[in-house]
Amino acid sequence: MTDATRASLADRLLAGERGALARMISWAENAHAGFPAALEAFWSRVGRAPRLGITGPPGAGKSTLVDELARAVRAQERTVGVLAVDPSSPLTGGALLGDRIRMEDHTTDPGVFIRSMASRGSHGGMARAAVDAMDVMDAYGLDEVFVETVGVGQAEYDVVAAADTVLVVLCPGAGDGVQALKSGLLEVADVIAINKADLPGADRLATDMEESVHIRTAGREVWTPPVVTCSAGRRDGVERVLEAIASHRAHLEDHLVEHRRAKRVQQVRQVVGQRLDHALWVTGACAPRVEAHLREGVTPYAAAARLFEDLTRSLGDLVQEPSA
Amino acid sequence: MSERRIRVLVAKPGLDGHDRGAKTVASVLRDHGMEVVYTGLHKTPAMIAEIALQEDVDVVGLSILSGAHMELFPRVREELVSRGMERVLMVGGGIIPKDDMAALEGQGFAKLFGPGTNTDSIAEYIKEEVARRWAEEGSEA
Amino acid sequence: MTDTQPIQAPEGREAWRAALDAAKTRGVEFTSISGTPLEPLYGPEDLQGSPEDQLGYPGQFPFTRGVHPTMYRGRLWTMRQFAGFGTARETNERFKFLLGHGQTGLSVAFDFPTLMGRDADDEMCRGEVGQVGVAISCLADMEQLFDGIPMGEVSTSMTINGPAPILLAFYIACAERQGVDPAIIRGTVQNDILKEYQAQHAWLVPPEPALRMITDVMEYCSARVPKWNTISISGYHIREAGSTAAQELAFTLANGLEYVRRGIARGMDVDEFAPRLSFFFDSHLDFFEEIAKFRAARRIWARKLRDEFGAKDPRSWMLRFHTQTAGVSLTAQQPENNIVRTAFEALAAVLGGTQSLHTNSMDETLSLPTEKAVKIALRTQQVIAEEIEVAHVADPLGGSYFVEAMTDRLEAEAEAYFTEIERRGGVVPSIDAGYFQKEIHDSAVSYQRAVERGRKRVVGVNCYTEGEEELEIELHRIRPEVEQEARANLARLRAERDPQRAEAALQAIRTGCHDGSNLLERFVAAAHADCTLGEIAQVLREEFGEYVEPKIL
Repeated sequence: MTDATRASLADRLLAGERGALARMISWAENAHAGFPAALEAFWSRVGRAPRLGITGPPGAGKSTLVDELARAVRAQERTVGVLAVDPSSPLTGGALLGDRIRMEDHTTDPGVFIRSMASRGSHGGMARAAVDAMDVMDAYGLDEVFVETVGVGQAEYDVVAAADTVLVVLCPGAGDGVQALKSGLLEVADVIAINKADLPGADRLATDMEESVHIRTAGREVWTPPVVTCSAGRRDGVERVLEAIASHRAHLEDHLVEHRRAKRVQQVRQVVGQRLDHALWVTGACAPRVEAHLREGVTPYAAAARLFEDLTRSLGDLVQEPSA
Repeated sequence: MSERRIRVLVAKPGLDGHDRGAKTVASVLRDHGMEVVYTGLHKTPAMIAEIALQEDVDVVGLSILSGAHMELFPRVREELVSRGMERVLMVGGGIIPKDDMAALEGQGFAKLFGPGTNTDSIAEYIKEEVARRWAEEGSEA
Repeated sequence: MTDTQPIQAPEGREAWRAALDAAKTRGVEFTSISGTPLEPLYGPEDLQGSPEDQLGYPGQFPFTRGVHPTMYRGRLWTMRQFAGFGTARETNERFKFLLGHGQTGLSVAFDFPTLMGRDADDEMCRGEVGQVGVAISCLADMEQLFDGIPMGEVSTSMTINGPAPILLAFYIACAERQGVDPAIIRGTVQNDILKEYQAQHAWLVPPEPALRMITDVMEYCSARVPKWNTISISGYHIREAGSTAAQELAFTLANGLEYVRRGIARGMDVDEFAPRLSFFFDSHLDFFEEIAKFRAARRIWARKLRDEFGAKDPRSWMLRFHTQTAGVSLTAQQPENNIVRTAFEALAAVLGGTQSLHTNSMDETLSLPTEKAVKIALRTQQVIAEEIEVAHVADPLGGSYFVEAMTDRLEAEAEAYFTEIERRGGVVPSIDAGYFQKEIHDSAVSYQRAVERGRKRVVGVNCYTEGEEELEIELHRIRPEVEQEARANLARLRAERDPQRAEAALQAIRTGCHDGSNLLERFVAAAHADCTLGEIAQVLREEFGEYVEPKIL
């Protein structure tokens, strides 16, 4: 591909061509060589759409709730992009992406754009691709951007944590509340929705979550995540979730720019961290040097200390960028 | 840096609810390292094409056992073409008489697979065909 | 053990085992088609419980040996070939053909538009009208379908689920127009919505309102159409979607038990409706496993109904079932071999004590069956009934160590599934979570893998293949004009009917959705007012919402 066609994909994106939006997201997820330059071309259009991250354990009803939230956004005649991230198989690298089944009403609505994305293994890679894809949807002009992941681990939380507001969806059932506490899911939550509130145990789960939120935030000058109940499948209580999201957005209002900049710092840190790791250990000279230390019979800690000393003294000497 | 992966849409056009074949093939393609979007049942040609567009897939695979393939398959193709997706690899399977297979293969479908087809051979066919198309794309640039 | 056992038995067994271990065996997996490992020999040590408790006698609890004391000495099974295609008129002709060749009951196959509750002129249905069954969009179509067939005399089975109450209303109204009292009409409507969500996927509305309409049917029929089987609880589609024999058995019975719970919750006495519940199973290729499955099904049902639900009427305990040979076992390669497969499957159904049977035609993997293929399939049943002398003795395999052990094992596997479903909150929550769907899918993939890796062998597919063979059987195609004719008929109907009467009938259904009325009663009234299937179904979709399948992949 030439620079001219790369520029034209960005132009087509900005001109509102759906095919270009889809292809630019592919560029983002494939880390296509043309993506950084394209991002440059549409960067001035990024930053308009509020971004909502949705996560929660499997079976909590996230897709159904996302479907209902999208319906609510459309009722206000605003457009929405949904990015649904599903895990790739660690064995084969393949993935089955079926989240859109729950959103079929929106399939032919020109105001909704749904894209499935596979996590493709590497943690940092997934977060990077997802943030880039959100930037693409934002620049295209969608009024709101949702990103949904299955809340199974830190990598998935990192994806949603890049959004302005994080909605954690739980439902009553075997140990979900405890799991959420243990797994750190609540650490990223700005709003907690207890879905399937018609099932037994929902009230108890809501009380438990309120209690743990209280313990975590009491006496601190921080946002206290509201806990709301709903039954998305019955279209019940979705407005309470919307209100809670709106209240978090109102809270951000004054310092949205700083909030987002802090998240961008994290994004840059991830990008630099990955590149640095590659430059030190894959293409760089760290591994043979540590091997040499270990051959002398020193402990791993001593070897690490020596390397760290070398690194801090002469970083440039050790780091080498990948050739090409 | 991520590698490019084959993205496939497995779709069920029309009203027929037999999804055993579609889901089995979807699972097998996943096991062959592809990223597979499954539409769910009862999709119209326009819905299938719109999903293919949004998901930017390399392959659209249709499964049908209702006998309506001569009506629905060409309509899916038309909807894809109207969205500028004439280059997507189109395949299909189900209970489709041989004459109809030949007719569809003359109408933009690359290959139709009948009952009893080895699923690995479907995956191998897709891998080869997509690799060839990607190589063509690369040489056009 | 008694002291009449021969003294040499242990040594004989050891010698046999040693000879077996020393011998070379064929390089295949010795498992059932469901993947269960099989022993090389079964003996008295494999039997559980006493024969009185486990087997009983034909026509007696727990009905392991059959539901009738006479079994086929009294009456042969009903030979009921599923048929339907094109317009009502064409299917009517096929029905008369089948009755003329000795078939004893009718079985209606509907097309996908009808199965999904849509009229033949609905835009969603382009290309599908009349393709895999007959298109019935209104009472006039039903009248055409039964033209010249005495509805007071034939028994009719209708394979329809999501819109089953509406099609049943057309049937009842049709009988009324023929001057036949609904109290004497006989037949079955499949009306088994739970397995639709699990496997077959022709649904209309979500599970709860669908179950409410099913209970409406049970209630209405027990009062006014007492000879009608209100639900045919079907494992066939579960099996065809890829389940194992144990899953077919367990999920089907779990669904049946759920319908019983719903009926009781409606305030009906279990003995008021349970005798009108019937079952429908697949008969697959694994001969002994299938026979054991049918026997286990009867025993489980009898025990549950008597001991858990307190049914007093022995007819409530009896599991009566229809069988269809396994469509999925047929191959597109060397299609004539399908005649042989079907014959073995049909024999298993008969030895398992089925009440009625459909045998598939050899060409069904290629298209709709031709008349010739349908006739061979029917003749297959007639050969079993008349020539091979298997219909004279009840449960002829009862007491076989192997078959009894297999029956016991399937019962135990089913019980384990019942416990798991219970743990998940019951049948409907398990459907919502995609549990059955995932179990069936996993079994389907694992069987596909077994065939592709050669662990299971299929003649003409992965062994004894003949390369690209040219098909020599003639294909049955639907006339392209069918859709146009159906559209024209509907246009005429809508123009000629009394619009106020039709609108009022639909409005009555709309309010009935929420005020607890019996909806079947309102559907019958709407049928007489010439409301169409699609119009009635649309009201239900609007009032109850549409069903969206869970993600299972």
